Amino acid sequence: MAMSHDEIFNQVQEVLVDALGLDDDEVTAQATLMGDLGAESIDFLDIVFRLEKAFGIKIPRDELFPIENLMSNPEYVNNGKLTETGLAELKNKIPHTDLADFEKDPDINKLGNLFTVGSIVNYVESKMANSL
Amino acid sequence: MRWIWIDKFIDFESGKRAVAIKNVTLAEEHLHDHFPGYPLMPECLCIEAMAQTAGILVGQAKNFKEKVILAKIKKAVFFNYVKPGDTIKIEAKIDSITNEAASTSGKITCTEKTIAEIDLIFSHIDQNIGGKEFPDENFVFTDTFKSLMRGIVSSEQD
Repeated sequence: MAMSHDEIFNQVQEVLVDALGLDDDEVTAQATLMGDLGAESIDFLDIVFRLEKAFGIKIPRDELFPIENLMSNPEYVNNGKLTETGLAELKNKIPHTDLADFEKDPDINKLGNLFTVGSIVNYVESKMANSL
Repeated sequence: MRWIWIDKFIDFESGKRAVAIKNVTLAEEHLHDHFPGYPLMPECLCIEAMAQTAGILVGQAKNFKEKVILAKIKKAVFFNYVKPGDTIKIEAKIDSITNEAASTSGKITCTEKTIAEIDLIFSHIDQNIGGKEFPDENFVFTDTFKSLMRGIVSSEQD
């Protein structure tokens, strides 16, 4: 049986509580992983492994947190901001994330803030829907 | 003192699990400071013993081509002390492994007692740190570990 949005949220919450040593109430849908929850790059590896296990899915590299490749490509980044092409590529890579605010000032330092608990839940939801 | 906290592998299933043992002895200098009159193997060194057991398991899975670095201690819970004269058994298994990283879980026991449960994350650093370059030679799996590795090869041939 397919999991509901709330069930997925609860499971994602549990993963993040364990991976980052947090309390349940800190992990809200709006919380950003790096800014609010203090995740570092290594934690992203841990989170991906835990999500794969918790939901029985495969998460290819660069699908959930695809910023590293983006930032190293001069076609996508100019003067500390994402170019038009870079933005298009980002949209293409993370359709499960709302980019409306980011587009107004696509400063690469703010890329980390795009990844919220909610965006992970959306990602898992779309991944599970596709695997049915 | 050499930075090596396991003595030999007693079981090794490539890409899956490894079991190593360590004999703890009063000849180890640090035990006389930790603590004076009450020698105990430091828990951080138990974690290192697990990191070496699991790290070699992860390294062997990719034929020792990757530089395997301990990236995160996911969990380390201790239940009992390790004393001189104890032989501890360090058992690690790979939960997930990809091109970039690996996640392991493990347990340290002494006879039937559980000493610790330790889960780790390793990074294959050449695949992870964008733009940074590391020396070509594999500085992780050095000669220090040679005799241990030989053990692995021979157990595979048995």
